[in-house]
Amino acid sequence: MDRWELRLSGSGGQGLITGGIILAEAALMDGKNAIQSQSYGPEARGGASKAEVIISNDEITFPKVENCNLLLSLTQLSCDKYIKELNPEGILIIDSSVEMPERDDIKVYRIPILETAEEKMKKPMVANIVALGAIFKITEIVSEESLKKAILARVPKGTEELNRTAFKEGCDLIK
Amino acid sequence: MAIKLMQGNEACVAGALKAGMRFYAGYPITPSTEIAEISAEALPKVGGKFIQMEDEIAGMAATLGGSLAGLKSMTATSGPGFSLKQENIGYGIITETPCVIVNVQRSGPSTGLPTSPAQGDILQARWGTHGDHSIIALYPSSVKEIYYTTIRAFNLAEKYRTPVILLLDEIIGHMREKIEIPENDDVEIIDRKVPTCPPEEYKAFKVKEGDIVPEMAGFGTGYRYHVTGLVHDETGFPSGNELVADKLLNRLIDKIENNKDDIVTYDEYMLQDAEYAIISFGAIARSAKAAVDHLREEGIKVGLFRPITIWPSPDKQLLELGKKMKKIYVIEMNAGQYFLEVDRLAGKHTTVEKYGKINGEIITPEDIVSFVKEDQNA
Repeated sequence: MDRWELRLSGSGGQGLITGGIILAEAALMDGKNAIQSQSYGPEARGGASKAEVIISNDEITFPKVENCNLLLSLTQLSCDKYIKELNPEGILIIDSSVEMPERDDIKVYRIPILETAEEKMKKPMVANIVALGAIFKITEIVSEESLKKAILARVPKGTEELNRTAFKEGCDLIK
Repeated sequence: MAIKLMQGNEACVAGALKAGMRFYAGYPITPSTEIAEISAEALPKVGGKFIQMEDEIAGMAATLGGSLAGLKSMTATSGPGFSLKQENIGYGIITETPCVIVNVQRSGPSTGLPTSPAQGDILQARWGTHGDHSIIALYPSSVKEIYYTTIRAFNLAEKYRTPVILLLDEIIGHMREKIEIPENDDVEIIDRKVPTCPPEEYKAFKVKEGDIVPEMAGFGTGYRYHVTGLVHDETGFPSGNELVADKLLNRLIDKIENNKDDIVTYDEYMLQDAEYAIISFGAIARSAKAAVDHLREEGIKVGLFRPITIWPSPDKQLLELGKKMKKIYVIEMNAGQYFLEVDRLAGKHTTVEKYGKINGEIITPEDIVSFVKEDQNA
C-alpha cells in the first residue's frame, strides 16, 4: 500500500505514543515519509487516548488521519470511540479483553497483547512493543530490520533484550 | 545529512540554537511547553541561560533584558500568555530590542480550549500592543520550515532591531515529521551591529549613514546608555519634542515597511494557470494544498498562495492576485482575520470569500473542497 494511516488507541500510559514514534522512525529508515501525532489534554491521561501515524511514499500534506486503514485498540473504551472511523476493508487489531465489534466489513485480529505483556513477560510496560510485533507481522508496513533498530533506539538502556523478546512475542501472536 | 523525526516545537529550539539563542525567559503554557522544556535542557550545555519567571509579563521583560545584555533571546507562549506579553512587546519595539516571541496558538478568547488548535492571533500579532508601530510576524507550515523560519526570525530581529513574532500552530508544534538537517548547514546567521567608536562618542539611538538601525551595545561592555519606553532622542533620553517624536516613531515603522522586499516571503502552488486562488497559512495551508490537488483533479483551476511572512503583509503580491483571479478564498482557523487584509488589497479587483472554523477542530482538505465546490455551483 502507498499510504498507511494508523491509529494506535488505548488508555494513557500504555506507551502508544512511543509506539507511534517508533513506527514513524522505522518508516524514515526505510526511506519513506512519516508523520506522528497524538491527542493532548485530559483524554491523554486515562480515558481513550490515541497516537496517529501516517506512512507514505509521497509527500504528506494533511497531517491527521482521514482514512484510517489500521486501528489498534487495547481497551474497550478506545475501540468503541474509534471503530466508526476505520475504513471498510480496514484492519482492526484488538486486545483479547475487547469485545468483537459488530462490523463485517473489516478484518479483525483479536489477540492477547496485554496478557502477553502482563502474565507471560511480567512487564506490562512492553505491551506497546508486543503490539508493534503484531502490527508488523500483519502488515509488513516497515522492514523488520528498521523496526527492530527503531525500537532499540527508543527504549531505555538495559531493556534491549526485554524489548527484543516482546517484539518476537508480538510477532508470534499472529499465525 | 541527518534525517530525523522531530516535533515542531523541538525544531523551533533547534533553529533558535542554530541562530545563536543564548537566553530564554518565559512561563510554560500548553501547547508551547516543549519549547521551554527543551531550551532549559539545551541552553546550559552551550553556555546559555534559561530562566522561568513568575508569569508571562516577567518572561517578556527578562527576554528583553537578556537581549539588551547582548544575548540573542527568545520566549515562547500561547494565547493567554501572548496577551500578557503585549505591553512589553511594545517596550521592545520602541527600545529596538531584538528578540523572538513564539506563539504556539490555541483556541480562545481567554483560556478557551487549551489543547485545541486555532489561528486566532493573526491580528493580535499585528496590533496587540498599543500605539502606532510595525511588526514582523512569520508563520511556518512544516517541521522543517519551523527550523529554518526560527533562524530567519532571529536574523530579522537582529537586522532590524525589533521583536519578531513566530506564529505556530498546535497541529505542527506537537506533530513529529521528517526533517533533514545538513551536517554542515551553512545557513546565513545575522548578528546585530555593535559600536566600534569609543564609548564616550556612542549615541545609542543614532542611525549611521547607510545603516537601517542604530548600532547596539550590550549592557556591561563599557558603553553606557539610557533605555526607556518614552519617546527618546539619539542619546536615549526622553524627549517631548514633536520633531523628535515624529522622527523616531516614523523611523520605527519605516525600517520595516520600507524593507518589505527583504522581509516578505511566501510560497505558491499551482498558481501559474489558476483562475481561483486559495490563501492559507500554517498547518491549514497543508489542508489547502491537498484540497488544490483534489479540486484540480475535478477540473477546477485553483492554486494556493501561502504567506510565510504574515506581517508586514505581502501587499504587492496580494494586489496582483486580486487582478489575476476570478475569486480568492481565504481559509483560516479563525472567524476571518487575515481575510480582512486580503480583502483590503485583493478585494479592490476581485471577490474575496472566507471560510473558517473556531471550534477547535482542524479544517480538513474535504472541508475546503466542499466549500469551494459549493461556492462554484452557487
